[in-house]
Amino acid sequence: MELLLAVLVGALVAAGAYLMMSGRTLPYLFGLTMISNAANLAIFATGRLTFGKPPLVPGDAETLAGAANPLPQALILTAIVIGFGLLVFALALALKSYRGLGTDDIDAAAAEERT
Amino acid sequence: MTDAVAPGWRHLPAVASALAFAGFVSLVPAVVAGGAPTLALPWVPALGVEAAFRLDGLGLAFALLVTGIGALILLYAASYFRTDRRLGSLLLTLSAFEIAMLGVVTADDLVTLFVFWEATTITSWLLVGFDHERGAARAAALQALVITAAGGLALLAGLLLMGMTAGSWRLSGLGALQTSTAYPLILGLVVVAAFAKSAQWPFHFWLPNAMAAPTPVSAYLHSATMVKAGVYLLARLAPNLGDTALWHGLLIPAGAITMLIGAVWALRQTDLKLMLAWTTLMGLGLMTLLLGVGTPAAITAAVGFLLVHALYKAGLFLAVGMIEKGAGSRNYTDLGALARAMPVTTVVVTLAAAAMAGLPPFLGFVAKELIYAATLGNLLLTLAVVVANALMVACAGMIALRPFAGPPRSPNPTPGDPVWGLRLGPVVLAVLGLGFGLLPMLAENWLIGPMHHSVAAAPLEGHLGLWHGLGLPLGLSVATWALGLGIYLNLNRLRDGLAAAEPRLPRTEAWYDALMAGLFGVARAITAATQTGRATSYLRVTFAVLAVMVWGALLTGPIAWPSLAQLRAATFIDWAITAIVLASIAIVLRSRSRLTAIAALGGVGSGIAFIFILYGATDVAMTQLFVEILVVVFLGLAMVRLPTAGDLPFRRLNALVAAALGIGATVAVLAVLGTPLDPVLSTFFEANSYPEAHGRNIVNVILVDFRGFDTLGEISVVVIAAVAAIAVLKRRVR
Repeated sequence: MELLLAVLVGALVAAGAYLMMSGRTLPYLFGLTMISNAANLAIFATGRLTFGKPPLVPGDAETLAGAANPLPQALILTAIVIGFGLLVFALALALKSYRGLGTDDIDAAAAEERT
Repeated sequence: MTDAVAPGWRHLPAVASALAFAGFVSLVPAVVAGGAPTLALPWVPALGVEAAFRLDGLGLAFALLVTGIGALILLYAASYFRTDRRLGSLLLTLSAFEIAMLGVVTADDLVTLFVFWEATTITSWLLVGFDHERGAARAAALQALVITAAGGLALLAGLLLMGMTAGSWRLSGLGALQTSTAYPLILGLVVVAAFAKSAQWPFHFWLPNAMAAPTPVSAYLHSATMVKAGVYLLARLAPNLGDTALWHGLLIPAGAITMLIGAVWALRQTDLKLMLAWTTLMGLGLMTLLLGVGTPAAITAAVGFLLVHALYKAGLFLAVGMIEKGAGSRNYTDLGALARAMPVTTVVVTLAAAAMAGLPPFLGFVAKELIYAATLGNLLLTLAVVVANALMVACAGMIALRPFAGPPRSPNPTPGDPVWGLRLGPVVLAVLGLGFGLLPMLAENWLIGPMHHSVAAAPLEGHLGLWHGLGLPLGLSVATWALGLGIYLNLNRLRDGLAAAEPRLPRTEAWYDALMAGLFGVARAITAATQTGRATSYLRVTFAVLAVMVWGALLTGPIAWPSLAQLRAATFIDWAITAIVLASIAIVLRSRSRLTAIAALGGVGSGIAFIFILYGATDVAMTQLFVEILVVVFLGLAMVRLPTAGDLPFRRLNALVAAALGIGATVAVLAVLGTPLDPVLSTFFEANSYPEAHGRNIVNVILVDFRGFDTLGEISVVVIAAVAAIAVLKRRVR
């Protein structure tokens, strides 16, 4: 399964990077989302996979062993939320630049500056 | 008019400099006896760098000039700029320069020498650009900085090469380097450094331009001290690098060209200060030439002329400042008949100009006889030196006669000698030139002899004197005066000829300008090519660099690939989810409908959330799902307000960069999986979540307890992003 996750990470990075380079705001936002997902998935995969055992300490025990690695999960939870904040801000900028420039071409600001 | 600096403080730098001068005087007997006081402090012991200083005859003579003339200049400057609010900064910078210059002439460690050398470059840049509100001063300062700092880089390379070749970082321990294989390179670098600093052709043009500096600065830096640093360097290294065909071939022609250019163009000037600047070029060229000849007699002449030149040239610069202050101009066409109104200035200028013309009984005469004696072997050199000296005689005549004789002229209706603070320095310097001429054994025993000993490694041959009998040198002196008189009498015709010839002559300054223009052109072209302002090209570069870094790390380091046994076999459901996510990615990439694309993007996120659920990350999965829903909603809202994208044209280069990065990411994840996992943190959290924090959901405990401040930071980021987004959207567009 780790192998498949590695392939998924690569596919998400490639597609995300390609979309971000497309020069249009909406695809750019799609790409940003994909690359965020790829990063989370990479952290998850490299923290090793344990099937079906969430890191919850059972009610009759003090400690836990043999469950899923809790550390990557904590990291990813933070990353998801931060990535969402980033996306929202980028979205606001995209809307603003369209309102200001009348186009969703992300190079338009440079073109306008030059003329 | 109020004093810029209180009187007690104004003269403090001059007093300090005079005390340093007295200290160096007290060392004269030890050095004359053949000693060389040294001082070495550890600086960077790991690299063998020391703050090492050594005072031999050459260094001591220079130290005396730097501190002695320094004291007079600082005194002069305090009066010259008495009411100028910038006096404090001028005195500070001049003092810093003096210390730097002292470091250059006393340093024995190669790195110490370089550091002080650069310090003189930087302080002189500040001093030339002292009138920084004038564009011309700024341009001149920048030009002097660029040229001398470029020379400084050459010096650094040369010094390092010398240190590595000789195996010693002490100047006094370098030994003879003429036979080493690196010798041509070392000599070339040192010569570039010395020529740039001492304004030798083809770098000479910065010196006349540097006359944008105030008069006291020019008197100090551009006659007596800094421009002589290059000559000092050549003299200092003559025992290690001198007396080869390459040495002669580099120094003699450059020195001769500089000497003649300086002497000829000095005639062309009407601004007395500029005239002095050009004659300084003549003097520096002559010293370089003599060091290039390198025989003991030539070295005697070089060090003798060095002393003479420092005294009369600093005196003349200061005297020009007196004329400017007293009569309101330093252009001799504005001046005339000042002798009665400015007697002190007249006497000073006459004495110094007589030394410059090489008249007996001044030390200048003694030095000129030495120069003729040293160049007798080569007819061409003798001729060049006679012509240059004759031009000096004519210039001396102009400086001494034009402002003081003839019809009365002066922009200041009541010209007069300036205050005593401006008189003392020039008087002392002019009298010294006369005194050393009358008592040449003083100069010989204290200064010229020990200097000669340091450079030629042998005692002085013969003695300095005013009378050497009827010989060729005396005959040449007489010829020089006659020729000089002839030039002086035909001055107007010569100046007209020079003015007519000037536009047709090649100027090395034009090469410099072209070089700088080329440099700026290249910089502009690189900026235009890389700083396009286009976000897509920045992104492309960023991703490409990232891909190169990932692949570079993967290809250069050893990689332990994970064995199949280390990996979990994929179940049917794993395959199914992977296929769904991959298909969703493809739809996002290829769909023409934005709504479909957004839905597919939601599919990608949901698929990933499902993977989280399967592999024990339930909290993560819940968050991912919530966020994914919000993302779809927000993107859908934005979509309505954004134009339809239409088809995205396929870009091969972008696809290539993206593919390289994506495959790199896959390989990197696999490479990480091949390394053993360090479970120390995870084990800690598993063992302590319940006993320490009383929470059974370990992920939650990490977030709200063990790493609570991280979560606080995360929430803050989200709040800031939200506030910023609202601010961006609320503000109306103009």
